[in-house]
Amino acid sequence: MSHVRVLAGTRKGAFILSSDGKRQKWDVAGPFFGGWEIYHLKGSPADPNRLYASQTSGWFGQQLQRSDDGGKTWTPVGNKFVYDGTPGTHMWYDGTPHPWEFKRVWHLEPSVHDPDTAYAGAEDAALFKTTDGGATWQELPGLRNHGTGAKWQPGAGGLCLHTIILDPNNSKRMVIAISAAGAFRSDDAGASWKPINRGLVSKYIPDPHAEVGHCVHHIAMHPSRPDTLFMQKHWDVMRSDNAGDEWTRVSGNLPTDFGFVIDVHAHEPETIYVVPIKSDSEHYPMDGQLRVFRSRSGGHDWEPLTKGLPQTNCYVNVLRDAMAVDTLDQCGVYFGTTGGQVYASSDAGDTWHSIVHDLPPVLSVEVQTLS
Amino acid sequence: MTHHVRVELPQHLRTLAGVKYEVSLDVNGDVTPRNILDTLEASYPVLAGTMRDHVTGKRRPFVRFFACGSDWSLEPTDTRLPDDIASGREPFLIVGAIAGG
Repeated sequence: MSHVRVLAGTRKGAFILSSDGKRQKWDVAGPFFGGWEIYHLKGSPADPNRLYASQTSGWFGQQLQRSDDGGKTWTPVGNKFVYDGTPGTHMWYDGTPHPWEFKRVWHLEPSVHDPDTAYAGAEDAALFKTTDGGATWQELPGLRNHGTGAKWQPGAGGLCLHTIILDPNNSKRMVIAISAAGAFRSDDAGASWKPINRGLVSKYIPDPHAEVGHCVHHIAMHPSRPDTLFMQKHWDVMRSDNAGDEWTRVSGNLPTDFGFVIDVHAHEPETIYVVPIKSDSEHYPMDGQLRVFRSRSGGHDWEPLTKGLPQTNCYVNVLRDAMAVDTLDQCGVYFGTTGGQVYASSDAGDTWHSIVHDLPPVLSVEVQTLS
Repeated sequence: MTHHVRVELPQHLRTLAGVKYEVSLDVNGDVTPRNILDTLEASYPVLAGTMRDHVTGKRRPFVRFFACGSDWSLEPTDTRLPDDIASGREPFLIVGAIAGG
């Protein structure tokens, strides 16, 4: 019988939440790496027992942890992330050049095919790759050096590469996103890159239509339609049907289109989920009501999903990597909040319940569907 | 000459290294902060990058070094430490700075 494993990264450690296919009763394991910030942990599609975790600390820097038994035990692997060559500068908040400095890994994306291969998205924005199970990491420098890197400016959370999407049908195609530089695509396995921000409009930057400088919060893709991408930008929910070459706004009837997360139903490529947040100044849901919005038409038309979610006095946030879907027949949807709740729906969002509700602030949520 | 040096680590680094409160190191040559850290990282490779930057070798801002009641964090890292550290009578302290709210 299938079961699921939810991987939650929090400000003070990692937690692994397990359930059978009914997804009603949960076992909670953790904290792993207690006291450390776990920005992200993710399992290998090629070997579900292989997990990678990004463990960071303002005191002691970056660690990368690996598990080969589904998270029961962990081993520290390589933590040396060195920019290729002379790193140069990006733009600082005040517009002056600022040296590239590695701070942490925000996102880990294991290869679809090889458990020893994974990608790491770093702050300051860069993409690293391992082919030896995390023992060593090498930068893919074509991203920073493709031409616009010197213009990249950090968002409020830092100059972070937070989204990595691997095309399951084309091993040479990758899409990444950086706050606040925008989205970029490689069609040659990461050797060269180009900005894919045409159609994004950001009123808060000097040129709202600029080639780079957009604060992309997250991008999601359905594996059966890799050319269709859904984006939650700082403001605006966007979609592209040509792998990012052009974007159109699909915010439609959302009450606010500021937010961080976005994800796609496992079996319905036009069903997408967002959690609208009041504004860029007030990072909590509108009116104290935690509502997931679902569109069954790939955007434009949205319905609020509230059953089982707090509808009064709720002022949490849902961060960019904190939503995931499982692939069971009845698609499960999961998200974590800065209030320490992890919510689950086993009916594609119609109803929700909290798996746990008193964790440290949740930074990331991933789910593995296991047989 | 080899010196038997005692080093106290902060909790998170003890957990990473899988050691208890204090570790003992055989430090060859002059007993300096740099030499202690080099020896410590050679003995416990998982600690590389946790106390000083991998590339620049600079101390992490929230990591401090103490010896015999004095803060050595800002001293040149090749300065010889007191004899009580070199002899193992006193431990060399690596401390996570008190920071935050």
